[in-house]
Amino acid sequence: MRPLRAKLRALWLRLAGMFGGDRAREEFAVELESHLQMHIEDNLRAGMTQEEARRDALIKLGGFEQARQAYREREGLPWFETLWQDLRFGLRMLAKSPGFTVVAIVTLALGIGANTALFSVVNGVLLDPLPYPHPEELVTVHASKPNFDEGSISYLNFRDWQRDNKTLTALAVSRGTGYSLTGMGDAEEVRAELVSSDFFPLLGVKPVIGRLFASHEDEIGREPLVLISEGFWARKFGSRPDAVGKVLTLDGRNYTIVGVLPGRFNLTINNFRACDLYVPIGQFQNPELNNRFAPLGIHGIARLKPGVTLAQAQDDMLRVSKRLEQVYPEADQGIRAKLVPFQYAMVRDVRPLLCVLMGAVGFVLLIACVNIANLLLVRSNARAQEFAVRSALGAGRTRLLRQLLTESLMLSLTGGLLGLLLASLGTRVILQLLPRQLPRAAEIHMSGMVLSFTLLVSLAAGTLFGLMPCLKIFRQNLQDTLKEGGRGAGGARQRAQNWLVVFQMATTLVLLVGAGLMIRSLEKLSEVDTGFRPRGVLTFGLEASPAMIGAGPEATRAYLREANARIAAAPGVDAVSFSWAALPMSSDDEELFWLDCEPKPQSQNAMHWAIRYIVEPGYLKAMGIPLLKGRFLASNDDEHAPRAVVVDDVFARKFFGNDDPVGKRIHLEQFDEPAIVVGVVGHVNQWGLDNDAVNPLRAEVYQAMMQLPEQQLGLVMMGMDVVVHSSYNADTAFQSIRNTVVQMNHEQVVYNPQTMEALIADSVAGRRFSMILLAAFAGTALLLASIGMYGVVSYLVAQHTREIGVRMALGADRKNVFRWVLTRGGRLAVSGAVIGIVAALALMQVISSFSSLLYGVRAYDPWTLAAVIALMMVVALAACYLPARRAMRIDPMQVLRTE
Amino acid sequence: MGDKTDVWQGTLALMVLKTLETMGPIHGYGIARRIEQTSGNLLSLNYGTLYPALLKLEQEGYIASEWGLSENNRKAKFYKLTRTGRKQLEREARDWEQATAILARFLSPAEEG
Repeated sequence: MRPLRAKLRALWLRLAGMFGGDRAREEFAVELESHLQMHIEDNLRAGMTQEEARRDALIKLGGFEQARQAYREREGLPWFETLWQDLRFGLRMLAKSPGFTVVAIVTLALGIGANTALFSVVNGVLLDPLPYPHPEELVTVHASKPNFDEGSISYLNFRDWQRDNKTLTALAVSRGTGYSLTGMGDAEEVRAELVSSDFFPLLGVKPVIGRLFASHEDEIGREPLVLISEGFWARKFGSRPDAVGKVLTLDGRNYTIVGVLPGRFNLTINNFRACDLYVPIGQFQNPELNNRFAPLGIHGIARLKPGVTLAQAQDDMLRVSKRLEQVYPEADQGIRAKLVPFQYAMVRDVRPLLCVLMGAVGFVLLIACVNIANLLLVRSNARAQEFAVRSALGAGRTRLLRQLLTESLMLSLTGGLLGLLLASLGTRVILQLLPRQLPRAAEIHMSGMVLSFTLLVSLAAGTLFGLMPCLKIFRQNLQDTLKEGGRGAGGARQRAQNWLVVFQMATTLVLLVGAGLMIRSLEKLSEVDTGFRPRGVLTFGLEASPAMIGAGPEATRAYLREANARIAAAPGVDAVSFSWAALPMSSDDEELFWLDCEPKPQSQNAMHWAIRYIVEPGYLKAMGIPLLKGRFLASNDDEHAPRAVVVDDVFARKFFGNDDPVGKRIHLEQFDEPAIVVGVVGHVNQWGLDNDAVNPLRAEVYQAMMQLPEQQLGLVMMGMDVVVHSSYNADTAFQSIRNTVVQMNHEQVVYNPQTMEALIADSVAGRRFSMILLAAFAGTALLLASIGMYGVVSYLVAQHTREIGVRMALGADRKNVFRWVLTRGGRLAVSGAVIGIVAALALMQVISSFSSLLYGVRAYDPWTLAAVIALMMVVALAACYLPARRAMRIDPMQVLRTE
Repeated sequence: MGDKTDVWQGTLALMVLKTLETMGPIHGYGIARRIEQTSGNLLSLNYGTLYPALLKLEQEGYIASEWGLSENNRKAKFYKLTRTGRKQLEREARDWEQATAILARFLSPAEEG
């Protein structure tokens, strides 16, 4: 303990001693002087002469100045003093060329800022552990089936999996839903999640007040309960504690509030979205809940027992699934529980995108570093003289190296600091540009990890661009430099600079190719045929008044007819259709069937699948889908008429080949009597612009809403989609429809209006985001590279002023000089382009192999490559233009006179 | 002169502390002479290295200094041991004795045979 304290005390005194200065030094001089005198006196006493005595005393002391020097070094901290000197000297050097300093710092700030901003996104999304206890134990659970790798789980299977497994601490399920909330002002639609009791305890979420659902309270037939969010609690109950125990009327039933969930609970996983209401899964008012055949969009999450690996748990669940398959051969054939780690499940879709962007932004910083290295090289030519003189005077190489590195690190750290400021703004911009579906966006923030990243990147950048000129300087011959007197032609130096520019051009080209391919992908996507006319199409949700729930099929149909007529009469609306089941670009649903010529299949897996749209006659007009054959569903395809279906051309080709589908019969799984195909329409893009063509399930079948069986008609009342076509803009149209609907019955709600155009834009939002960022990075790179080119060519012209002047004096044409400069620059650009193209091709192959960022274009798309090369050559030549003009204007007389 | 030993690295501080303990307050020149005498003039001390060593000990708080007058009325800086210095001396002396004892065992003729 003591020696350490003594050491610290000494360190502190030495630090202070650095600034102590002259008094201490004078004191020591006095002390030393008296020492010498005493010694001399002793020597005199011993019989030496005055001269001998003095000489001996000085020898024993080892020299007066040496003693003072040793003392001074002990007094302060020598290495610190050197650093301080370097810093002050560096500051002076940087202040002497403010232009260079500002350009370098701004360049670095942009480069480091962009890297930091993107890293904070990557860190928040990919690297940070999830904010739940032991997140590594969390998995998502799905039912894998022949058609769906991660399909949904039927309620009864969930219960069996929950009971039979041996490797999970807990297994829970959820399913999204919505309720019409009445009795608290105007009726409103509230999003909700049906969850099983273990859902929140499994995640370690604790209620703010009240309690969570107890086990068994989530079973079918229990008392209706509800958990509310902190936001909802504040909005509806003013955060009063007596909210617990109150009753909410949802879809006409009374649910007792048992607790409030914390506002920071913000999970997005599978189909689960944190929302305002959570209801036990047993309260799901779908009669199919108890049907082992019906998965109903239920997905699960689970926590592994401590020490259990994913593979062990997966094996265990396989055992459980196989047992169920034996017990329920019809319902559970081919159904297997599938576990996916939580974090992977959340980020797998964005990981390739973020990795590509991080790589791109790294390139930009690299180009920025090269630019500064280039500027430093030019400066180092000017400073070669200074360094030659200094080393001639005995400065060691390490000392000079330290000096240079101190300067470059000063630049990079200042740049980094500014970059940090830029990044805190940039992160906000990125978050706004980000596709809405980006997982964990709320967790993106400046953390210690991000700060260390910035520091590390700044140091690395400073070392990188600082070392390049150093190596240069040390390679040159001291004497030559001194002889040249600073005019230095230095061919090797020029060559290094040329290589840096070629490197920059190549890297820039890679980024440009990336951005170009993204732009081409988006362009291709915008050419994809949606199969309908998105313009003017508005969709929204409609929930009938709670009184209509369970009203019986006759009343329901009457209600549907009336509501349809009312909405159709709203101003601006020229076509309307209710829609249930699938809706293009937003939700999907499947129909199972077999053809008339086939025997009834034994299990669902042996049946054919098609996307199911339950619509009304107005759908064709509202969506603007072309009718290819026969007729569309009509108003007389109702409960009294034979069952009619309309199929799309994909369905027709796949199941009827060249035969005319109209008049053919197919057997829908849920009906005893067959349905007749009455018409064929064009294929509608169901899965989004980029995914539809590659989705295995593309056949589409339309059925009339009026022909739905009673049970499903009841479900329609609890929420359906409405598709309208309106000549008004979306807001006005929705406003007038809302008025109409509320006039009809103030307990029914319309919600979630969306235009088809917005839905289509959303489906390519991820791509648009990466296109914008990549284009911004590529643009920055191009700007930096052109600055680099400009610098090098300017330097070239400056160096060759004499030569050019002499040539001109000997009769060279000014145009020739101009051309000569452009050729020199152009040669660099061409070399860069060639190397860049090769690198880009290789890199794009890699990227397209692990992500689906490209759509409809090959990595070697000739148009993109040609356009990008052309762009780069134009920019490169433009960068050469000014120096070339300067070369042209050289006055030969002036040059010769100064020679 | 050639057969004199240089002062080993790290031992000078201990010698200074011991000298101060024996002699009481004393100036730098006195310390130097005393160290040479005690060693029986076998040690060759570069007086110039003594002062940084003194400064180090002072910075570490083991010794303190004040200006005074020498025997022949010359202004000189006198050094004296502090309380922590006394403890440090004990500690270092003990460590040193231990180290030399161990080395002595290696160097003396084998006792166990």
